[in-house]
Amino acid sequence: MAPHWHRGKAWFLGDNIDTDQIMPTPYLGLKNNEDLAKHVLSGNDPGWPGRLGKGDILFAGLNFGCGSSREHAPRGLKGAGIACVVARSFARIFYRNAINIGLPLLVLPQPVSGGTPGQDAWIDLEAGAAKLHADGPALQGIAPPQIVRDIIAHDGLMPYVKAKAAAAQSA
Amino acid sequence: MAQTITEKIIACHAGRERVRPGEYVEASVDQTWSDDLGAPLTLGLLEQHGIGQVFDRERVFITSMVNAPAQNAHFAAVLKQIRALTGKFEIPLYEMGTAAIHNSLGIEMGRTLPGELIAGGNSHACMAGGLGCFATGMGSTDIAAILATGRTWLEVPRTIRYRYTGTAGRWVTGKDLMLHTIGRIGVAGADNAAMEFCGDPVNALEVEERLSMTNMAIEAGAQNAIIEPDAKTLAYVKDIATRPFAPVYGDPDARVSEEILIPIDGLEPVIALPFLPGNTRPLSAVKGTRLDQVYIGSCTNGWMHDMRVAASILKGRRVAGNLRVIIIPSTTKIHHQCMKEGLAGIFLEAGAAFSMPTCGPCIGAHMGVLAEGERCLSTSNRNFPGRQGHVRSETYLCNPAVAAASAVKGHLCGPDDL
Ligand code: SF4
Repeated sequence: MAPHWHRGKAWFLGDNIDTDQIMPTPYLGLKNNEDLAKHVLSGNDPGWPGRLGKGDILFAGLNFGCGSSREHAPRGLKGAGIACVVARSFARIFYRNAINIGLPLLVLPQPVSGGTPGQDAWIDLEAGAAKLHADGPALQGIAPPQIVRDIIAHDGLMPYVKAKAAAAQSA
Repeated sequence: MAQTITEKIIACHAGRERVRPGEYVEASVDQTWSDDLGAPLTLGLLEQHGIGQVFDRERVFITSMVNAPAQNAHFAAVLKQIRALTGKFEIPLYEMGTAAIHNSLGIEMGRTLPGELIAGGNSHACMAGGLGCFATGMGSTDIAAILATGRTWLEVPRTIRYRYTGTAGRWVTGKDLMLHTIGRIGVAGADNAAMEFCGDPVNALEVEERLSMTNMAIEAGAQNAIIEPDAKTLAYVKDIATRPFAPVYGDPDARVSEEILIPIDGLEPVIALPFLPGNTRPLSAVKGTRLDQVYIGSCTNGWMHDMRVAASILKGRRVAGNLRVIIIPSTTKIHHQCMKEGLAGIFLEAGAAFSMPTCGPCIGAHMGVLAEGERCLSTSNRNFPGRQGHVRSETYLCNPAVAAASAVKGHLCGPDDL
């Protein structure tokens, strides 16, 4: 399959960014992704919401999304137009939440270093690869398990369980 | 093939003889819950996808506990909408005179029983594992799918067994064993795993202290934490169980991915410094630290046992004039029991604020939010940047005895320093 690279602005975060930093408590009464996006990552730095734009790629370190189970965190990132969060590892609940709502994630265990905030980066969601320069090298991420691929293919968990229930009924 | 307690519970709920770590299964859920943060999203999804009713009204409840009683008009509207939606779906709602933190309420109501599979809409739902069930936390969409189907998908976790040995120093509680453990393994040290706690020091703990341990498994990245039920557990659940249950025990020869020995001889109370629950120090290393607020409560340490410990230290004493002291039990039943036992009077005579149940200050919602540069000593479970208020406020984590003693002294200290 020919590579399908999406180009977007790259932003970088460290290890253990918890969901309170991604979506602080005062904004948890908001419900739609676009409203949440106005405050996304403001618990890390109030400048983030103004920086992030559609198609951007977020590179994080270990244990991204640890802490609170608040789904408002991935919803805010999705609302901001983030094309993919690339992290060395994701905390389990955040990982499930993001997949369930259709925010693309890529697990890339090796550290990504030497990036400049706002520079271009490339991501190939089908191949599960990322790169910081147009001519590579392509960094290969870990392929998600089948169940996660199925949920993504259905565009989220609710359509997935509905499709399964319908299939079971007609069988 | 031999299996751990976690594997056995998942296998039985997945309709399987056995499961192995790393397998993906679909399992039935015995109990779930949500709150005023998650429920608007969860119930909104049910409406959006045309789900008319939940799988079983006996196995779900919702609490308005974080921003209730409404702290402003914005959250008043959220709470109002939850009342409307829980009415529409006929889901039991707990707030005001029945207010409680759901992770504690599920346990108190006897709906998280040994051998069961629990998936609550909150990261600290893992607390119930202290009673010998598989209990894990999830987000709003996962809970919506459970409400629709009664089932969920799981990756069978590898089990890491933590075997505690030795005798700790005075005033060391289950909370300290857990902070010590997270300090040792790190905040992703049990990433996606089942933490299984055992050994004489764990057996010696009161059930509610064991719950303080399993509560914080999420702070080590675990999927669940579990302690095999013993006579104490069974006595604790005997009178509260709302349905029949069958305790499950791991096979003695079951393989675990790792067994970690945790000697606690000479362990002092443990303090976690900002901004990670794993950033721990022995109490003696940080004594004298300046404080602006002391908070005793949260789903971790808002149990009756914790209220009694705090009262035993505050009795006949006054809190220092240089800080604010806030005491909040986890459930209305505990709040009421504090009145009946005279604990409420002890707290008030000591000069502490004693509130009805709410998450409030634990999550920086209300009832004690921190200003820039302020520092709170808290019996809650996490201290990430801005957790209790301003991004540049600080949270130190500790056990209730240390919190109560520090409230009296006006700076960080232990009960023996009074
Ligand atoms: S007390 Fe704190 S940790 Fe527990 S459920 Fe409430 S906000 Fe979450």
